[in-house]
Amino acid sequence: MELLCPAGSMPALKAAIEHGADAVYIGLKDDTNARHFAGLNFDQAKLKDAARFVHQHGKKLHVAINTFAHPNNYQRWQQAVDMAADAGADVLILADIAVLAYAAARYPKIERHLSVQASATNAPAIDFYRQFGISRVVLPRVLSMQQVRALARSCEIDLEVFAFGSLCIMAEGRCYLSSYMTGQSPNTAGACSPAAFVQWQDNKGTLESRLNGILIDRFAPNETAGYPTLCKGRFSVGNDTYHALEEPTSLNTLDLLPELYAEGIKSLKIEGRQRSPAYVAQITKVWRAAIDAVMSTPERFNVQPQWQQVLAGLSEGSQTTLGAYHRKWK
Amino acid sequence: MQFSLGPVLYFWPKAQMLEFYRQVADSDIDIVYLGETVCSKRRELKFDDYMALAQMLREAGKQVCLSSMTLYEAPGELRELRKYVDNGEFLVEANDVGAISMLQQQSLPFVAGAAINCYNQHTLRQLVGMGLTRWVMPVELSGHWLSEVLQQSLIGDIRDCFSTEVFGFGHLPLAWSGRCFTARSENRSKDQCELCCINYPQGREVKSQDGTQVFVLNGIQTQSGQRYNLVNQLNTMQGLVDIVRLSPQLSGTFDWLAKFKANINGKAPQPLPATDSNGYWLNLAGMATG
Repeated sequence: MELLCPAGSMPALKAAIEHGADAVYIGLKDDTNARHFAGLNFDQAKLKDAARFVHQHGKKLHVAINTFAHPNNYQRWQQAVDMAADAGADVLILADIAVLAYAAARYPKIERHLSVQASATNAPAIDFYRQFGISRVVLPRVLSMQQVRALARSCEIDLEVFAFGSLCIMAEGRCYLSSYMTGQSPNTAGACSPAAFVQWQDNKGTLESRLNGILIDRFAPNETAGYPTLCKGRFSVGNDTYHALEEPTSLNTLDLLPELYAEGIKSLKIEGRQRSPAYVAQITKVWRAAIDAVMSTPERFNVQPQWQQVLAGLSEGSQTTLGAYHRKWK
Repeated sequence: MQFSLGPVLYFWPKAQMLEFYRQVADSDIDIVYLGETVCSKRRELKFDDYMALAQMLREAGKQVCLSSMTLYEAPGELRELRKYVDNGEFLVEANDVGAISMLQQQSLPFVAGAAINCYNQHTLRQLVGMGLTRWVMPVELSGHWLSEVLQQSLIGDIRDCFSTEVFGFGHLPLAWSGRCFTARSENRSKDQCELCCINYPQGREVKSQDGTQVFVLNGIQTQSGQRYNLVNQLNTMQGLVDIVRLSPQLSGTFDWLAKFKANINGKAPQPLPATDSNGYWLNLAGMATG
């Protein structure tokens, strides 16, 4: 079982490797990946440095090229694939059918993983993408553990699941809420609820967060104010004002680890390429310890309280959830 | 330019559905999409009921297409999808690549619905090779984006193989989740939803704390708070869009069809209500009006 950690910079990548990641995933410094944030990600030279560092340590580098190519500059997505291949990436994480087809034809020997942004939630969808020679599928965070288990048992392909981090509650790659409010979406711009559209306003002691002018939430002085990701705001439905879609909370699957291991899940992905090197270091350390424990004696696996403590401290709103893996969440 | 009526996205009782489709049969809509596309627990109409409606509408002179679901998670849902694929008579709209996979295996033509991620000429060409005969572009794309895709030399020799369709009227389907938001709004879990979405025939409004309508909850689907309305953009669609889709609303759908038809050439523009928007087509935020 692989531990796959995020890195938005060289220091984060080094932190991941030094604290026990088996592989690291990164993106290029443009909108060809779903974490297109200012000051984040790797240019061509840094990409080569990243590959060199990861390979010196005997680990693997995955490069996410997982937005959908635009019609007028499709070449940029091709060039991203070329650049990753040239730098020595071990894996390309892809979502667009066109980019998958290009990578399969041009670089058949570089492993292709189906990005969560391709939104493959069922066996025929996975079958569909097999025509592009994918070797692994990253499952969307809308499936229950029961559904993950069914896929693991019925599909002869490696599966990767999200283990920890920010929780997308919609089927990834098919959510247009962000472009509805801002004109920019993960699919087209590589960003959800982009920072350029965020406004904070103090209104007589109440802090208001807005996204492109729309009020996402109001925080009383004693409340912790979270980033206005639009699906995690407090809105009114009928006579109630509440988190109509989802609370600000992080996904945490530590409790499910023995089950995921028993089902042969190939890789656990930690979300958070936008996070700091210190965050990546702490998260990686906890998950390394947990995976080592489950692999050595799965029947005696116990979640250590100090692991949960560290993870809770690194979570949105200090809350964690099993998300859709747990049926009751739905 | 032809007009189509999308599948009913809300959960309406059977009698209401039958009455609605009696009106559809008498209307001058060209193409009708039928089927449950949101939630497999909605069983007021079963597959055989949809087939009977499809046959009735075909006899009334409509082109009929069966719409399949967007989010497939359970084996039972895939068995239902198999029935759609094997229907033997009608074209199928795929809203998940799992449906394309099944249709492709049987060498059947298909419509790629708006939830299929086709954003560029290379992907479109791949899909045409797999049997796509009609392309409904993702709702978040603009008229400019569509024209850029269609202008590419890669499309030149296949432009006759498919028609283009645009979602032009109704609350936009924007997201699908494992979670049911209508059940959540009634403090129920999805497993104990008691099909409460049947009480909200136009979904549940979600407003910001200062009163702006932001979304509409429709079971596991989240829709736009604003109603999308491209009635005044039809004249800019010439040569670009073959079919404009109207999504059934609780009321006024046929009146708006008449207004759309009257304004194909831009000769009968309509004032847009403040609750309508057209931002996506104009390359703005979806909720904006240009």
